[in-house]
Amino acid sequence: MWELIRVNKRNSIILFVVMAVVLVGLGMTIGAAIDPRAWLLGGLVAAGLWLFLAVLSLSSGDQILLAASRARPVTKEVHPQLFNVVEEMTIAAGLPKMPSVYIIEDLAPNAFATGRGPHTASIAVTAGLLAKLDRDELQGVIAHEISHILHRDILYVTLAGVMLGAVLIVSEVFLRGLIYGDRTGRSRRYSGPTRRAPAQAQMILLLIAVVVAVLAPILAQLLYFALSRQREYLADAGAARLTRYPEGLARALEKIASDTSGPLAVANKATAPMYIVNPFKKGLDAWTSTHPPISERIRILRSLGNTVSLVQYAKAYYKATSRPFPIKVQDESLPVRPGQPGGLQANPKDKDRQAADLIRKVHGFRFLSCPCGLTLKVPPNYTAGQISCPRCGRRLVVAQSAAGAD
Amino acid sequence: MMVILVVVVVVLVGLILYVIGVFNQLVRLRNQVDNAWSQIDVQLKRRHDLIPNLIETAKGYMKHERQTLEAITQARSQAMGARTVGEAAKAEGALGQALARFLMTVENYPDLKANQNFLALQEELASTENKISFARQNYNDQVLFYNNRIQMFPSNIVASMFGFAKREFFEVEAPAERQVPTVSF
Repeated sequence: MWELIRVNKRNSIILFVVMAVVLVGLGMTIGAAIDPRAWLLGGLVAAGLWLFLAVLSLSSGDQILLAASRARPVTKEVHPQLFNVVEEMTIAAGLPKMPSVYIIEDLAPNAFATGRGPHTASIAVTAGLLAKLDRDELQGVIAHEISHILHRDILYVTLAGVMLGAVLIVSEVFLRGLIYGDRTGRSRRYSGPTRRAPAQAQMILLLIAVVVAVLAPILAQLLYFALSRQREYLADAGAARLTRYPEGLARALEKIASDTSGPLAVANKATAPMYIVNPFKKGLDAWTSTHPPISERIRILRSLGNTVSLVQYAKAYYKATSRPFPIKVQDESLPVRPGQPGGLQANPKDKDRQAADLIRKVHGFRFLSCPCGLTLKVPPNYTAGQISCPRCGRRLVVAQSAAGAD
Repeated sequence: MMVILVVVVVVLVGLILYVIGVFNQLVRLRNQVDNAWSQIDVQLKRRHDLIPNLIETAKGYMKHERQTLEAITQARSQAMGARTVGEAAKAEGALGQALARFLMTVENYPDLKANQNFLALQEELASTENKISFARQNYNDQVLFYNNRIQMFPSNIVASMFGFAKREFFEVEAPAERQVPTVSF
């Protein structure tokens, strides 16, 4: 496990440096293309941007990502089982502090973890995930996210996401500016006689800049995606190790893959690699996909047999993909435990209703059960102390909602 | 002469730095083991705190299961009054079995299973049982790291210099406890 964290830290630094080189190189070429003397200025501006983004993502990257995914912080009362499972996995991983728990109001089942490190981590899951998975499956998904925290993936994803976004924006702005600026640039070209001599060199520089601007984001993305796929496998292996029950995660992935709720509305190009499965579900080819194929992940988890360990996972990975496992691992083999039946699960028909109720709870709705059997869902802005049951007319006392601030 | 002196000093300083590094790592690992152990205690205490509520809720519904309920209460007071680690382990094992039996019998009481309060308690109980076994699992993992470090060369030299002792794994005595209780709802 320690060698794994070490490799992850090393990869993070490599990516961090490569992103910096790509960004500064891009700035320098663009600067030189605009004016041959401006290459240093371009590089400096890019370096400044890189520094600014690094500081921003280190100080509040997790909050930005959570806000961008419209995740709401919740208390234990909203979903006790989720809290319990997160706490169980925190204990199993020996994390110093339980991550903060967020719920995303979406029916598409998905989850992600973010934060700087084990002390400041957060886990966000969608309402759809909670409604559709049983306890063992939820445990598998949460264990996968806790593994991301344990392996220090979360900081890397936050940093890389912001950096990749910056490279994308810079090259896009330059390329669009070129197309747009060509119309207005004609008059400038004849403005001074001194500009005519280096015109040919200028053209070559411009060409190089265009090539770099086109290639840089592609290169950055390829590197990012390759490392991010590898991290998904490692987090799966970690989840099997933490739960001692790979079947739970395998079933969860199966359910998520066969879900028909459509893509996750709040996900975008920069946040997609954070999620446990690709939120877009498009048939992208293997090179540009942020996630390994789900069927392959399930196959590996199912072929672990009766022991879970990173070594066993690496063997199963080799058998399923006939590629060697990207990281050399060593640890003890650990026995698998029997699964436990699901606890508080309703029948499948009620699942969407359950998810909707959960979203209401997140918003501070109060649930009153009338003795006649009806459940009243009282919105947070209802301030009267009593409400009458629409079916039997009984007066029911409405407790003041604490979460109903908005 | 000067050169030899410099080399000796450099080697000595390097050696001291290495020993400090290994020592600090061993202390960190030992603290993690202790911390994991205290986590087991926290979860066992939580189990004890849950039981009175559980019995209170179940009592009204399970008139014919007085024995099962009494067994739990008795096992709990024995576990809480345990003086030695061995005693505690045995009593906690018995308590775990009594709780597993209780959760089996709940199957026969649909009214109880429909009680919202009881359902919440049942989730808490199942989760506490999980937390106990995960805390145990983590403790054993930490002991494994720690023991490997103090037995492997060359860190074992530093370990024996400062008297870092090997730790025992938490093995569960009762074979029934060894398998996670299959709690069925």
